[in-house]
Amino acid sequence: MNATTAQSLPTASPALPVIITLAHRELVRFFRQRNRVFGALGQPIIFWLLFSEGLRGNQLDYAHFFPGTLVMILLFTAIFATITIIEDRNEGFLQSVLVAPAPRWAMVLGKVLGGAAIAMIQGLLFLVLGALTLGLASSPPEIALAVVLMALISTALTALGFTIAWRMESTHGFHAIMSVFLLPMWLLSGAFFPGGGSGWLAWVIRLNPLTYGVAGLRHYLHFAPTSSRGVPAPGASELLPAATDAARALLPVDALPPLALCWIVTAAFALLMLAAAWRIAATRTTGDMK
Amino acid sequence: MPAIAARHVSYRYGDRLAVGDLSLEIAEGEVFAFLGPNGSGKTTLFRLLSTLIPLQQGEIAIFGHDLRRETTAVRRQLGVVFQSPSLDKKLTVAENLRHQGRLYGLSTRELESRRDELLGAVGLTDRAHDLVETLSGGMRRRVELAKSMLHRPRLLLLDEPSTGLDPGARSDLWKYLRQVREREGTTIVLTTHLLDEADRADRIAIMHQGKLVALDRPDALRAELGGDAITIKTERPAELAAGIRERFQCESKVIDGALRLEQADGHQWIARLVEAFPADVQMITLGKPTLEDVFIARTGHRFFGDASGEENDEGKKTRRKKR
Repeated sequence: MNATTAQSLPTASPALPVIITLAHRELVRFFRQRNRVFGALGQPIIFWLLFSEGLRGNQLDYAHFFPGTLVMILLFTAIFATITIIEDRNEGFLQSVLVAPAPRWAMVLGKVLGGAAIAMIQGLLFLVLGALTLGLASSPPEIALAVVLMALISTALTALGFTIAWRMESTHGFHAIMSVFLLPMWLLSGAFFPGGGSGWLAWVIRLNPLTYGVAGLRHYLHFAPTSSRGVPAPGASELLPAATDAARALLPVDALPPLALCWIVTAAFALLMLAAAWRIAATRTTGDMK
Repeated sequence: MPAIAARHVSYRYGDRLAVGDLSLEIAEGEVFAFLGPNGSGKTTLFRLLSTLIPLQQGEIAIFGHDLRRETTAVRRQLGVVFQSPSLDKKLTVAENLRHQGRLYGLSTRELESRRDELLGAVGLTDRAHDLVETLSGGMRRRVELAKSMLHRPRLLLLDEPSTGLDPGARSDLWKYLRQVREREGTTIVLTTHLLDEADRADRIAIMHQGKLVALDRPDALRAELGGDAITIKTERPAELAAGIRERFQCESKVIDGALRLEQADGHQWIARLVEAFPADVQMITLGKPTLEDVFIARTGHRFFGDASGEENDEGKKTRRKKR
């Protein structure tokens, strides 16, 4: 009958507009919920201040905790952005997406890239904050590469969050995952304890893909007075020679995984998580309904 | 070509049979209602038709497209209005429609003209830039309708469209549904547990425990019962039923505290009953059989079993079951 539109269109909707529209929706929703903006940025900054102040005596300073805090911001924002998939399902928005003739991978990518974009905005804000307070000593190409690496980390973490959240019925379950899996994953990424050594902890750190993201950022981001590369500011070693030696032993740049490895592992992590997210969302299950 | 052709469709949640060997055809341009109480399988059927859950057994073709193999082609023909709202409350009406249009691959120009046309049709042009959370339930349902019609589907599926709407909003919704059919020739298929809503459809399928128990025009179904329905309001329905059985050898049913019986020549029965039990009859009415009478006659069960008010019960129970 009057189905001219339906018939003149190709069967599957074009992917790009689907990706853009779903990613755009994530951003619009995020900025309309102010408490989310604060939660994702505020908590890591508070942790950063507390860790740095509290552990100052061990020569683990603001600069040391900076890359880790940056990754924590990416993690928190990415994860909270994908928790919204549970809300989408419970509030019913998801069901109309699921019955649309759009490719499922485009839906997944839209949601993930939207979440990753939010994480990137927060991460970049924190980077600016770090540059202003600590004095960033990295060259412009180093900063540019750090930003690309951040984008990969954000994508990997958002896709990870998506994969976990897809089958969940409530956000309560997600909070449990957050504390027993995601937070330890962050703690054991070299963000907090340095890697190296041969205990089981060292192995967990070595096997944790996030370790390579944090290490990559450590390679690229260094700061003016006391850098995280283990070069103490002039004068500091005279005041606290023992402590700076300890810090140097803990964190020599040579102990970090090589830069190429950081890129390979982080890119593989992102691809693998995207594939997992696509796979889990492509399977139609009875859990898709509300 | 029928809008929907279903053959031997069955669906199970684990061991529980939700839809059992259902076959029927729905013609293009029909307004068709699946009527049944909660747990009758109509929501499962809706989920199958809307491609939300995969078909387990049997065949379904939507305008000749196989539901299993040509899912994308089927999805393009469908407009779906879910029972639980599918609008993003944090977005405006226009933003919701834009996202929907993109999901269906509409161009910006098409999207805008269609948006204005549909919002005009459901009387919400001036609310286009308001957040959905500021709209009333009836308005939201109208936006849902506009959203589902954006891409000019040939078949509109609605799951319990009147749930949560007051009578005014309900009759508004039907006004818009009729407009949709007139103007765009859309086939309309809905599920409902409301008898008066099913009565508005061209044809109805009555479902009970996953089976199709009746399929015809509402007036034809009622005509089948033949007689008149007599309802007696009384304080002691059980005693009165026993008294009627003893005196007239005729069965009556207690429904919602009132006594019902179906007999030819209802007017003569009224006189007889009032004379026989003058003290017990508080009010007595005579009517043509309702769809509920049809349901009772076909299944031997009352239409509303226990918890008739719990709209979402079926969905929640089944959902938990599969996990």
